[in-house]
Amino acid sequence: MSILIDKDTRVVVQGITGGEGSFHTPLMVEYGTKVVAGVTPGKGGTKFQGIPVYNTVREAVEREGANASCIFVPPAFAADAIIEAAESGLKVIVCITEGIPTTDMVKTYNYIKDKDLRLIGPNCPGIISPGKCKIGIMPAQIHKEGSIGVISRSGTLTYEAVQQISDAGYGQSTCIGIGGDPVIGSTFIDLLKLFKEDKDTEAVVLIGEIGGTAEEEAAEYIKAEFNKPVVSFIAGQTAPPGRRMGHAGAIIAGGKGTAKEKMEALKNAGIVVCESPAIIGEKLKETLS
Amino acid sequence: MKIHEYQAKEILRKYGVTVPYGKVAFSGEEAFEIAKEISSKKFVVKAQIHAGGRGKGGGVKLANSPEEVKKIASEMIGMKLVTHQTGPEGKEVKRVLIEEGINIARELYLGVVLDRAKSQYVFMASTEGGVEIEKVAAETPEKIIKEYIDPSLGLSSFQARRISFGLGLSGNTVKKATKFIVSLYRAFIQQDASLAEINPLVITKEGDVVALDAKINFDDNALYRHPEYKDLRDIGEEDPLEVEASKYGLNYIHLDGNVGCMVNGAGLAMSTMDIIKLAGGEPANFLDVGGGASVEAISNGFKIVLSDKRVKGILVNIFGGIVRCDRVARGIIEAAKSIDVDVPMVIRLRGTNAVEGSKLLKESGLSFTVAENFKEAAENVVELINKK
Repeated sequence: MSILIDKDTRVVVQGITGGEGSFHTPLMVEYGTKVVAGVTPGKGGTKFQGIPVYNTVREAVEREGANASCIFVPPAFAADAIIEAAESGLKVIVCITEGIPTTDMVKTYNYIKDKDLRLIGPNCPGIISPGKCKIGIMPAQIHKEGSIGVISRSGTLTYEAVQQISDAGYGQSTCIGIGGDPVIGSTFIDLLKLFKEDKDTEAVVLIGEIGGTAEEEAAEYIKAEFNKPVVSFIAGQTAPPGRRMGHAGAIIAGGKGTAKEKMEALKNAGIVVCESPAIIGEKLKETLS
Repeated sequence: MKIHEYQAKEILRKYGVTVPYGKVAFSGEEAFEIAKEISSKKFVVKAQIHAGGRGKGGGVKLANSPEEVKKIASEMIGMKLVTHQTGPEGKEVKRVLIEEGINIARELYLGVVLDRAKSQYVFMASTEGGVEIEKVAAETPEKIIKEYIDPSLGLSSFQARRISFGLGLSGNTVKKATKFIVSLYRAFIQQDASLAEINPLVITKEGDVVALDAKINFDDNALYRHPEYKDLRDIGEEDPLEVEASKYGLNYIHLDGNVGCMVNGAGLAMSTMDIIKLAGGEPANFLDVGGGASVEAISNGFKIVLSDKRVKGILVNIFGGIVRCDRVARGIIEAAKSIDVDVPMVIRLRGTNAVEGSKLLKESGLSFTVAENFKEAAENVVELINKK
């Protein structure tokens, strides 16, 4: 099993004919993802590599039965694309786009938060359930089918962690990059709740970074309610305060959001914390044996 | 993006937020002319640098005449102002704000920030004006009044009133404060700010509500819809290497160490800094050349990292995903050949075709140390630096 997506997930790619969309769609198809439609306003009625293109997400839902979306729309239009996907009834919305203004995301998040759907991202690599479905831009070949759930605020650091997990002899049930922005659709806790119910997920690797308090909140949740082993790493132990470290959300503001605070919160909750990013696979193996 | 106090106040003035009369001066002479326009008998000279704590460092001074304004401004311009936010080396003052003096009755705090846990903007107010809000939050959190803003409604008037009454205001001052708060919110949203802080917010002896200080940061992601902001940028406040890197579109942050690093992806770049520290070294920078690690980005990255004369060795850490490591390796070789790399360099490639990529590097004839293990890569570069 896996969380959120599986072999039957029917994906519509918003922005399918753009630079990113046209590059990554064939890679998703190659992996076995059912990409049933694309959306590019004004190009409805055409096809992209055999995939029907529509003007609106609603049409993609009505004609092709799409139930998930992958958004590659440029930042100025991406928030609107998320709202369109939500309004059209999609249950899983993955937004890859980096650079969406925070005010746009605040409005978007507050619009979707009580709806029966999961937004992953923005500014994320997406979600993959190895062997079943990939919605996003991660390199599929480093993943293996298995029982470890991965949740991360990063992109390439997630790949590093996945590679270490695979090298340690474990596959992954589902890996999710939740995004590096200050306002994101799904938090660690939202996804931990799903992993808790997934009988094929044996343990979770949690990759956090400086900025905000999402890791501290996750630590509290894990201590109180999560019943599976968690191995964690926090990036940015050497990051200077007040500087945005690449990700819009990776900033120590007013002395808050340091790696040290997060690592302490996780340790206090009894969670395995890797001091070094090189020992994630090793620590997982140690924890599970 | 950060701007100066005087720039923030000019923006706020346009939105009807009350700020003291004042203008920026780049010389003592200009300061004198501005002071002569001010009807008040009291004047304030404020150093304009992108750092807080200016008052304690001698960057805010009172004057009683335009002549005194001129004298103080002349002394302040050119001085190195050291505050708890500038670091011990301080920042050179190049411009000063000349303002009318205000009859202060009470000093309060008012700010708007994003509450990340709720994904909503929140107004914060406190009666502890002039004190850092983080300090108030840590020591006396009950003194902070918070109003969360529903983005579909915006700030409601009753919320602005609740803040005003909560601050202990009464009578006509409540009306003025409410208008002030609503105007500040409009400025914040329409200008795509990521932070607006009025500290202190002053109630004058006459019962007026005035922003004595003002700090506004802009959301970098929203700069595209505010082309006018590029005129507000003060490059003199930025690190010269960072300014150079921004021309190439690189995500670079200059740090104090001597181990240069070049990485694809922000999370992996931070982790690489962390592991350098764990190996006993100090990172010289944060540099994310982008997930795709293009030849152009790598070659510009080398240029920037090597322009930092403190750099005694470089660690390149690339995770080749969709972009295969053999292509990345070719890019590194091409870039390294075109630039004179005169410090030891350790390269670690991971991911797709990492073995082929590492082989290309080893056979390139260039003096790279090729590492496979993350930890060893960091240890190697630190050792090579210490050997020299």
